[in-house]
Amino acid sequence: MALQSLDILRRSATTTPSPGARGPATGEVAKLIDLSKCIGCKACQAACMEWNDLRDEIGTCAGVYDNPPDLTAQSWTVMRFTEYENPKGDLEWLIRKDGCMHCADPGCLKACPAPGAIVQYANGIVDFHEENCIGCGYCITGCPFDVPRISKRDNKAYKCTLCSDRVAVGLEPACIKACPTGALVFGTKEDMKHHAEGRVKDLQSRGFEQAGLYDPSGVGGTHVMYVLQHADQPQLYNDLPAEPRISAMVGAWKGFTKPLAVAGIALTALAALFHYLRVGPNDTTEEDEAAAARELEKNHG
Amino acid sequence: MGDTAHRRVIVRYTGRERVTHWVLAIAFVLAALSGLALFHPAFYWMSSLVGGGTWSRILHPFIGLVMTVSFVLLAMAVGRHNKIEERDWHWLRQMRSATSHDDPRLPEVGRYNGGQKILFYVLLVSMLLLLLSGIVIWRSYFSAYFPIGLIRLAAVVHALAGFVLVCSIIGHTYAAIFWVTGSMRAMTRGDVTPGWAWRHHRAWFRESIRATNSRTRTD
Repeated sequence: MALQSLDILRRSATTTPSPGARGPATGEVAKLIDLSKCIGCKACQAACMEWNDLRDEIGTCAGVYDNPPDLTAQSWTVMRFTEYENPKGDLEWLIRKDGCMHCADPGCLKACPAPGAIVQYANGIVDFHEENCIGCGYCITGCPFDVPRISKRDNKAYKCTLCSDRVAVGLEPACIKACPTGALVFGTKEDMKHHAEGRVKDLQSRGFEQAGLYDPSGVGGTHVMYVLQHADQPQLYNDLPAEPRISAMVGAWKGFTKPLAVAGIALTALAALFHYLRVGPNDTTEEDEAAAARELEKNHG
Repeated sequence: MGDTAHRRVIVRYTGRERVTHWVLAIAFVLAALSGLALFHPAFYWMSSLVGGGTWSRILHPFIGLVMTVSFVLLAMAVGRHNKIEERDWHWLRQMRSATSHDDPRLPEVGRYNGGQKILFYVLLVSMLLLLLSGIVIWRSYFSAYFPIGLIRLAAVVHALAGFVLVCSIIGHTYAAIFWVTGSMRAMTRGDVTPGWAWRHHRAWFRESIRATNSRTRTD
């Protein structure tokens, strides 16, 4: 978990610089998911379970190929199957490997109130450190992709780590290693963008004119990117957001209002102190008591 | 204030009202500490006062419920004294006289002054917003029933209402403990000296002494 504790770009609920002595000389890493090559075999899901020691509960079939039907604290990646009838009337099977996108501007990290429960490494991986997690679920509120899940077992939040433990020792993530078609590739972000360019050109030459790379700028780009056959309609892929960004509500909740509110509370307390110093207490005097006694006397005769 | 010389006192709060108030006050302090801990990293250390970050997350909503319920009980007891009347608006317009102790310029005050009544309504609205938004962001039990847009809105509303509540209570605490001396005994022993009532709440003082002798008692 804390394997890379010297190269942290950002740390949740921390207002001072994070340990940043080390930095990856090769730049940021990225996983590229080429949906046009995905056959939906779920080897990536199995590899994720195996490497991360995750075993989800055996559920029931919901009538679709998605299995399990949603991300959970034990299933950090899930294949989402969409049957899309294109304008020509042909059926396209769009299969998207869902999971954490490892945003450059992570909404989870922005929302998290627990110091060090979420970190962003210099290589771009956004990792949850569950030993610091308090289970509030603010990361779910902050995430534009609906990815983190709270475990019912321990009330901690979990999601894909991009196999930060493997990457730290020079290995590729487990899902990449398991993919039989080369739909999943891993490398530096620059290399992955370059690789995606070639794939997009190839798809365009095969009739997918709108093919493109999904690396949404609204969240500063992501360290998990998709090659989409229909990059103009990301929502086709099981509601992949077209323009994801940290919600303005989350921005207001966790942005400039926080220091303002802290200042407001401090000023209220200081105003009280200075009022006391300038004006002093409002004491009841002997004259007040005497006047009150006179009225009491009059009343009771 | 010169207790021995003026043995007669005026009852301001019953035992039940005082207990309710202090349950409310304790719940507020604990909710504020655990809430501020999650509000800004500068306050995270406050979570250790309730047993750490995770305990803050677990306890805060339950403490909040205790606070809301005790506020409702207290409001049922004193709410009817908080109807805003003409003299309260007059008092509020003359607030500078109050803060600078230029009391003679102020209109006669009933059981509560205009500022106290405004505080009552600010607390009422804050508590209501905190309760409603708090349920929406209570992840362990309720958040799953609400759409993400509403959860995000509720998070903002909760933080804002909490901020207003904390600032209001700082003001309330200052006035009751440090500023208007002789007020604390109203909420600890339940009574005030006639001079205090005459000085700060003259109309109420006159009502009290006109009412039956059971409203007053001797020490």
